[in-house]
Amino acid sequence: MPHIALPEGLTGIRAAMAFRPETAKPLNELVEVLLHQPNSLTAGERELIATYVSSQNDCYYCQTIHGAIASANLDTEKALGEKASEDLVLKVKRDFQHANISEKLKALLVIAGQVQKGGKNVTAEAVEAARSLGATDLEIHDTVLIAAAFCMFNRYVDGLATWQPEDEAMYRERGKRVAREGYISVSKDYLPHPASV
Amino acid sequence: MPHIALPENLPGITAGFAFRPETAKPMRELAEVLLRGPSTLTSGERELIATYVSSRNDCYFCQTSHGAAAAAHLGDRAHLVEDVKRDFLNAGISAKLKALLQVAGQVQQGGKSVTPEAVEYARDLGATDLEIHDTVLIAAAFSMYNRYVDGLATWQPQNAEMYASMGEHLAHRGYLASSMEEAPVREAVAR
Repeated sequence: MPHIALPEGLTGIRAAMAFRPETAKPLNELVEVLLHQPNSLTAGERELIATYVSSQNDCYYCQTIHGAIASANLDTEKALGEKASEDLVLKVKRDFQHANISEKLKALLVIAGQVQKGGKNVTAEAVEAARSLGATDLEIHDTVLIAAAFCMFNRYVDGLATWQPEDEAMYRERGKRVAREGYISVSKDYLPHPASV
Repeated sequence: MPHIALPENLPGITAGFAFRPETAKPMRELAEVLLRGPSTLTSGERELIATYVSSRNDCYFCQTSHGAAAAAHLGDRAHLVEDVKRDFLNAGISAKLKALLQVAGQVQQGGKSVTPEAVEYARDLGATDLEIHDTVLIAAAFSMYNRYVDGLATWQPQNAEMYASMGEHLAHRGYLASSMEEAPVREAVAR
């Protein structure tokens, strides 16, 4: 049961966002820029970073929904098919060093894992390794901020003890829709007033 | 030295914000709603929560700038900033704020660390659901801001005058405009 009286029937962060639309607006705008807007990192790559951090923070809702969004994006970007895309997401969560992703993305995931433990854990060596594999300053910046932002989102979702049903089909369908339309557009489904764009 | 080529002579998060204005905008707006928007918690109380979490995360820039903002709000009770960081249970703050700081400290550890008992205790002392929500989100948000500021290895000068001017800006003008627009902040940085 949630720690406070959240709107019923809404899962995970959606219940918290519907409870407090004033903070939902910047939260959705932040995640839209970080994960959905055009970037030299693909949406699939950025969603994998978000999923990995959420999994390190043990947030079931966040790792499952962002895993589904990552999978939907990877299916489109790499034409892997649904099953192989979902398998790749699971492999990144369990053992990204041996997953079929670029060396650059592995180096960025190392940085994201350091951020998850704490800002001071990020080493100059890890940043240099990512840079030597072609990561730009903007990509390193966004990796740090995605990891930091999910340390917020994960704490928000679990810290309120939100309802997080285990329903793979639900996350899969929502994942496809968010991958296609983005966070701000989909937020109109559950926010009492449409988020202004 | 910062991990990436951030604009020079900008302290802490202001450098990250100048490097990436697209993400700065919602991050500024979030802080404005949480710390200065309409609330039954005073801005001084909310800045104390932000300062406490930043201190637990050992982020020098965040705990000092938000400590200065809290001090600007608290006026002659500014000593509470150091008292809360050191030992909030024995600080001269309300029992309700102590209970909310307990919840914030649990969030800082991890979302699953928040206990129904800590929430119930805050509620017994008069905390509303909205106040508990905002406490959780302030603590979660500073788990982001602190990691952002330290994760980029931003420049964090030890400059009391700069933080005091910054605190005045954050308390009275707020988060939407950069504190670097204030002449006293710029002058303190330059000294």
